[in-house]
Amino acid sequence: MSKRRQLSKRSRTRVEEHIVEIVSDSGEGAQKAGQTFGTVNAKMGNGVWTVEIIPAEIKPPARSRAGASGIRVRFGSRNITNMGDQADLVVAFNEQVLYGRIAQGAYRPGTVVLLENKWAEDSQEEIRNLYHQALEDFAELGLDVVELPVDAACSGVTGGARVGKNMFVLGMLCEIYGRDLEMAEEEVSVVFARKGEEVVAKNLELLRAGAAFAADNVDLRYEVPPWSNQEELVVMNGNQAVGLGVLAAGIEVVAMYPITPATSVSHYLGGALPRAGGHLHQAEDEIAAVGYAIGASFAGKTACTVTSGPGLALKTEFLGLASMCEVPLVVVLVQRGGPSTGLPTKVEQGDLLAVLHGTPGDAPKVVLAPATIEECFHFVVTARKLAEEFRTPVYLLTDANLATGVQPFPRPKPERGWLAPPLDQSPWPDGVEPYAWDPETGLSPRPVPGQRGGEYTLTGLAHTRDSKVAYDPQSNTTGARMRSRKLAALQKALIPPDVHGDPEGDLLVVGWGSTLGAIDEAVDRLRADGHRVSSIHLRFLSPLEPGLEEIFARFERVMTVEINYSDEIDGETGSEGVLVTAANRRRGQLARLLREQTLVDVDCWSEVSGQPVPPAEIVAQIERRLPAVAPKTAAPETAAQETAAPETTAAAG
Amino acid sequence: MFGLKSDWSLDVPERYFTLESYEKGVARWCPGCGDFGVLSAVQRICRDEQIPPEKVVAVSGIGCSSRFPHYMGTYGFHGLHGRAFPVAAGIKARRPDLHVWVATGDGDCCSIGAGHWVHAVRYNMDMTVMLFDNSIYGLTKKQTSPTTPLGTATNTHPEGAWLPPINVLQTTLGLTNVSFVARTVDWNPLHMYQTLRAAYDHPGFSFVHILQRCPTYSAEVFADIQHDPERILLLSHPDGVPGDPAVERMYPNHLQHDPRDMAAARQLAEVGEKVPIGLFYRNPDAPRYDHYSVRGLDTPPDERLAAVEAELDRFAV
Repeated sequence: MSKRRQLSKRSRTRVEEHIVEIVSDSGEGAQKAGQTFGTVNAKMGNGVWTVEIIPAEIKPPARSRAGASGIRVRFGSRNITNMGDQADLVVAFNEQVLYGRIAQGAYRPGTVVLLENKWAEDSQEEIRNLYHQALEDFAELGLDVVELPVDAACSGVTGGARVGKNMFVLGMLCEIYGRDLEMAEEEVSVVFARKGEEVVAKNLELLRAGAAFAADNVDLRYEVPPWSNQEELVVMNGNQAVGLGVLAAGIEVVAMYPITPATSVSHYLGGALPRAGGHLHQAEDEIAAVGYAIGASFAGKTACTVTSGPGLALKTEFLGLASMCEVPLVVVLVQRGGPSTGLPTKVEQGDLLAVLHGTPGDAPKVVLAPATIEECFHFVVTARKLAEEFRTPVYLLTDANLATGVQPFPRPKPERGWLAPPLDQSPWPDGVEPYAWDPETGLSPRPVPGQRGGEYTLTGLAHTRDSKVAYDPQSNTTGARMRSRKLAALQKALIPPDVHGDPEGDLLVVGWGSTLGAIDEAVDRLRADGHRVSSIHLRFLSPLEPGLEEIFARFERVMTVEINYSDEIDGETGSEGVLVTAANRRRGQLARLLREQTLVDVDCWSEVSGQPVPPAEIVAQIERRLPAVAPKTAAPETAAQETAAPETTAAAG
Repeated sequence: MFGLKSDWSLDVPERYFTLESYEKGVARWCPGCGDFGVLSAVQRICRDEQIPPEKVVAVSGIGCSSRFPHYMGTYGFHGLHGRAFPVAAGIKARRPDLHVWVATGDGDCCSIGAGHWVHAVRYNMDMTVMLFDNSIYGLTKKQTSPTTPLGTATNTHPEGAWLPPINVLQTTLGLTNVSFVARTVDWNPLHMYQTLRAAYDHPGFSFVHILQRCPTYSAEVFADIQHDPERILLLSHPDGVPGDPAVERMYPNHLQHDPRDMAAARQLAEVGEKVPIGLFYRNPDAPRYDHYSVRGLDTPPDERLAAVEAELDRFAV
């Protein structure tokens, strides 16, 4: 059995950062409480990263282990870039949902659990037994459980109505972390404003009652000092950032079909896009959504379509047409677990190769991967410009982690130049074909319907500069070359990626997308321990950023860290029971791409747990591949040979 | 067009368009193909309406008839199997100034693109749709189409089509928000011109079912009704396809049909001994999605920027 804490006031423990979770059954409002807590923390000057814990079902059965719904808020006295490792403090509405999180490795011995204790007195014996069993299990795991009658205290305020516990918990957290209650009240008022004054008043009452309850019943007090960041900030999740990016890019048409976890982009844009003069189209299916966007783009209004893996599969034929016919288009792909319907609400970076190679034939396109929520915003603006300049589809690969993660970032300062230029309806110059390819760069100006003299028929068939159907060898070869050379031309305009850490060393970690914060944090920890580890994070995946070979050559080994599937090696070829070897191993998707492009023997570590990768896990995987940290005077080279990772040889070919 | 204005000045348009303004290349359909007649009817309508060629977009899917845009001296979009409607809708979404013609076939519209057909009718965006129905897949060489008559031998069903064909007009008339449905035949250029022109004039989604002969793969499918004018039932009404004495003389069977009468229209769409041609249904008041999609079109850049700033305010901490 867990111990009851002595209820006495203590002074605040000062911590650099804390990870707080609220877990509950679905529909109990934990996410709303956590988001508000995150916003209050951001307003008080902390770095914050918020990530939702989402079950796949809308209403999973109550008290189900798999149905945990909730939120994690990591906040600290510096910029917080990822969800971190194990939680420090958890508020749980029932004990069963904790099992799901324990299975995901979310807690450690010493994690404080503020647990609803009404289940101990439940009318059903089975529930009482489960509760007591859980207390034993949690004690065994070393969780520091504090049982609290939150529900009872809460219904004192609500008169027994089973709502509003989330705001009560928010009040408790504000007391525990010394948050400005007035600021929290302001946020709560904003959150419930649409529901009317009565609802606002009731929730404010709950908030204050929660704070008072914690003051009397919980003796934990922490202080997380602010991060000295004076910049004006905005706080939002990645899907909202994409939506705002659409507005700032002046994109007038977004066409989509509901699909998790991309849909919330349209929830945001459904209101916001018309306010900025644009049009959100919910199409009859994924195919029609991209067709509509392509139609709008053809007619001069560069459009955007937003989808996830299953939708990408359906859109493939149209996306091939967009490459073939050089239609500017922004494709936002919020990746989830695959293949097939896979893990709808979970994170994966499994669609990179599908995007690059999924289209029949050779279909060059530009692929960008924002690594932060801030980049989700800015990359949409970049994508529209690239799409028009290079007359091509541009894909933005985000994922469920960015989509639902919430982070403050410096408020963007939109400029007129970010907006799509007005429709050009001036007469088309005489003698300029619809595909007047520059023989070197493959670039060409594009006539838009309404431009007198520019009339042409776009066709997905092989075509000439005149957009005339042509099946002859020369025309097809030229068209393919022109479309491909655009990528080389774009690459020439890019700069090599920054190396995080020293420019040379034992190991270079390469990442892409939402893993940036976790990888950098892992690398920093390893470097603090004396390891010679650095990292780079790629934003351009097609074309790849230049200079990778030179960077790779400065490290003994190169590995990727990704959230997708790769084989672990069984052992040496020929040994008993060994199927997977270095020779037939199927690697992570970025690793395959880098090996193909650089001829460097790039190793990888990746997993498909559906979770964002915690920094500690990355640290452990990197350590496996590193020489043991030698005393500062010893040469690390000798150690390197003894503990070499199973597969890798010297990185630089 | 030309005319004296009240101040006695002559209103002479800067540009005058001839048939050649809407022509491009040499159409490469088989000799005797019904598609030629549709192409020239559309070109004549464009000429007669004096639509600037740069304001016309011909959109198609894949198939013999979907080569249509290549032979128009206008803008064109020759896209994917079955996907003409979403592209046409996207074009029309923010370009109310463009005149959109959609060329689609029985395989394109009623099979691979059937899902879009249903919704395109419901969206009711202003465009003129020509369903070239030759009851066969031509471009891919004689496979069964959704409108192939029962028992017709094809390369995929050599013993004869096993399933009864889709009734195109009944299906269309059964869809919510339908606003213009007509039928014509490729071998009567006058009736086709009048029908397509009425379709063009209708503000909304105008759907014209064109019985179109394929001399190569389905030459016999419309032979009876082509050679026996008794088999045609000419729909006429003051609100219908304008009557033409030559057409009326050709077909002895006429029926006064009020195009606002949906029940009668659905009845007429039943397969019977006589094949009705003309306007089945018209509702100029059906809500149009292009009236929704076009909102905010003229928002000036400064207002757009102000809207972005206002949105950022909502997320400011």
